[in-house]
Amino acid sequence: MEATEFWFVLITVLFTGFFILEGFDYGVGTLLPFIGKNDIERRTVLSSIAPVWDGNEVWMITAGGALFAAFPHVYATMFSAFYLALFLMLVALILRGVAFELRNRYPSNAWKKTFDNAIFFGSLLPAFLWGVAVTDLIGGIPINEKMIFTGNFFNLLTGYSLFGGIVFAIMFTYQGATFLTVRLKDKELLERAFSKAESFGVRVVVFFIFFAGLTVYHTDFEESKTALLLFILAVVAFALSFSAVRGKNSKKAFILSSVGIALTTISVFVALFPRLMVSSMNPDYSLTIFNAASTPYTLSIMTKAAIALVPVVLIYQGISYYIFRKRVSGEDLGEH
Amino acid sequence: MDALELSRWQFAITTIYHFFFVPVTLGLSIFTALIETCYVFTKHEKWKPVAKKLTKFFGTLFLINFAMGVVTGIVQEFHFGMNWSEYSRFMGDIFGAPLALEALTAFFLESTFIGIWMFGWDKLNEKLHLLSIWLVAFGSNLSAFWILVANSFMQHPVGYSILNGRAEMANFTSLVTNPYVVGEYSHALFAGITTGGFVVVAVSAWKILRDEASRAAFATTIKAGAIFMLAGLFGVMGSGHLHTQYLAKANPMKLSSIEALWETENPAPFAIAAVINKDAGKNDFEIAVPGVFSFMLYNKFDGEVKGINDLQKMNEKEYGEGNYIPDVTGLFWSFRAMVGAGGFMIMLALFTLYLSFTNKLTKCSCFLKVLPYLLPVAFIANTAGWYIAEGGRQPWIVVGLQKTADAVSPNLTGGEVLLTTVGFTLIYLILAIAALYAAFHYIKTTAVTEGSEA
Repeated sequence: MEATEFWFVLITVLFTGFFILEGFDYGVGTLLPFIGKNDIERRTVLSSIAPVWDGNEVWMITAGGALFAAFPHVYATMFSAFYLALFLMLVALILRGVAFELRNRYPSNAWKKTFDNAIFFGSLLPAFLWGVAVTDLIGGIPINEKMIFTGNFFNLLTGYSLFGGIVFAIMFTYQGATFLTVRLKDKELLERAFSKAESFGVRVVVFFIFFAGLTVYHTDFEESKTALLLFILAVVAFALSFSAVRGKNSKKAFILSSVGIALTTISVFVALFPRLMVSSMNPDYSLTIFNAASTPYTLSIMTKAAIALVPVVLIYQGISYYIFRKRVSGEDLGEH
Repeated sequence: MDALELSRWQFAITTIYHFFFVPVTLGLSIFTALIETCYVFTKHEKWKPVAKKLTKFFGTLFLINFAMGVVTGIVQEFHFGMNWSEYSRFMGDIFGAPLALEALTAFFLESTFIGIWMFGWDKLNEKLHLLSIWLVAFGSNLSAFWILVANSFMQHPVGYSILNGRAEMANFTSLVTNPYVVGEYSHALFAGITTGGFVVVAVSAWKILRDEASRAAFATTIKAGAIFMLAGLFGVMGSGHLHTQYLAKANPMKLSSIEALWETENPAPFAIAAVINKDAGKNDFEIAVPGVFSFMLYNKFDGEVKGINDLQKMNEKEYGEGNYIPDVTGLFWSFRAMVGAGGFMIMLALFTLYLSFTNKLTKCSCFLKVLPYLLPVAFIANTAGWYIAEGGRQPWIVVGLQKTADAVSPNLTGGEVLLTTVGFTLIYLILAIAALYAAFHYIKTTAVTEGSEA
């Protein structure tokens, strides 16, 4: 495999990990006001992700860093093109991150309510924006021959991309709901999590079928049989996950939902290959692994680093999930 | 203002804000790890629970600060692509690598183990729990190393070649062993230790005065904090001195601007204060000590130092017409603010130690009362230092290779950048108030006493 291809795969892996892991963090944040009806319950819901959300978010930061290192032109074009969208995402992530830390640090209902709102919007908005971004990537945006974005904020918001945003928000909310069915212990909370998982499970499947149709219509997805097949398999995975929810098999539901997210992400990158950003002005202006990459020298150093370090990261993040494997309960809430 | 100027303001505001939290993270992570080490290994029955509570106490302050550092750090990572896309294109082959390595080696480590540390008190044995805070401290300080590797290239490019219209990496080893990194990293690390130590001293002073039950515990930490701070300050001085000497070779324009030395002189004087006239290329008035600038660079009272006006001519010869002189007034006074703040902090730390070891702390309550209000001095020094580093390389974004004016994203409008700049500034202000409020509340309401756990 060429180094550029390896990095294309690695970036796919990073985004897949990011969407699976941050997916449930976003989902839990979005469901917070609906599953946690009082302070103790909301703290319990939050404690399911409290030890791990920060590590999950680093998947996004690493994906960004990897893009910068391996495909600097993609990093430059993408981040400057999505300027205001990324600003909104940063605001959301800032508020959410600080809210996790500060929420329980002052005994006032107004204080807690403010930060609960920050967690809700700070989770829902990025979930939506990632959907917009992904659909824009595959749908294409105006990029000229100098790799510079020539549109504005509103070019990014087409009917198709807004629909993509809604699909991602639903998908991550569902992922969060299935995660909570695995992690919660208290009966009432667990019931609410299952009921949310059921209602969002239906939505995921229905919206994904429409999304598949729109995607074929708006992109060149049909040119890649593999991408199309993976996309259909993603819908199947979500459907099976939904049936597992109905059978109260929470682990199976969560794993299948994660598989659905993984297949969706991989499908997107397969459809893109060898491109990373599609130009709607002229196919020759698209950013690809050939015209947007770093030098073979830089890539070879980064390849060695990635091969040595990614497994280590996976091991200690795995250990962290193992340490916090016990279901969380309102009775076990510590001082935090 | 256009997109370029606003982007510069935005970068200045967001980095300076980010760099309020970074030094605290660097220093306080190590300090927290040290107290927890005392807790785990102490044989003293009475001291053990106190040490545990102290670990949690300073650990919590660390956590609040850490959260602020993390969220403001993401902004910085995105900022290069969002506002400086042409920089990212030109420099990506070199700059991207340390950034990605920072994420892979440091961010994953600190973010994962901070979660384990925070919620793992009852789930891990003492030694593994201790290991997790040391990994957090190691990760934080490693991350500072990588980002300063990237920054050092911008200050003093090494191991590259200009090919295909961009800077391409020719030698990764020379990138990482850039002598500039040694100076920048050690200076930042010791500044972090100083700041972390001062936070401990300031908070302990407040607790000693206002929380009688916790007085004994904080009488210990004020001592430890002052020693920590003093060690940091000596490190800052030493690394600063060596780095200044290195600057004479690496970036003489920055150095002479810091000293507002307009004409080449031998021996070169050190101006304590000056009225700088940038348009005329001279100081209208100055109080100078002869030979001291030469001494700072060569350890003897003579030796030629090139003046700004000559360096400007040399730059024009090398890079073509243009103005290569940075903000001399800002650099000159930032340097004096930084060094002055450092000297002042040395006196504070020494006096705190004197009072501690002679048991006169509580007798000198007005000193304890004032100490917390002096904490901003450390942050002034950090900000001034960062301004010298970044302001000193202007008009270049990468010295000698790319100008700041050529680096901005060409697709942005002034309106867009104005919106985000105002947005970040407002959110940062609100968050600073909220975080300080939470921290004060915690300091006020948390007692550290002997006896079983609260």
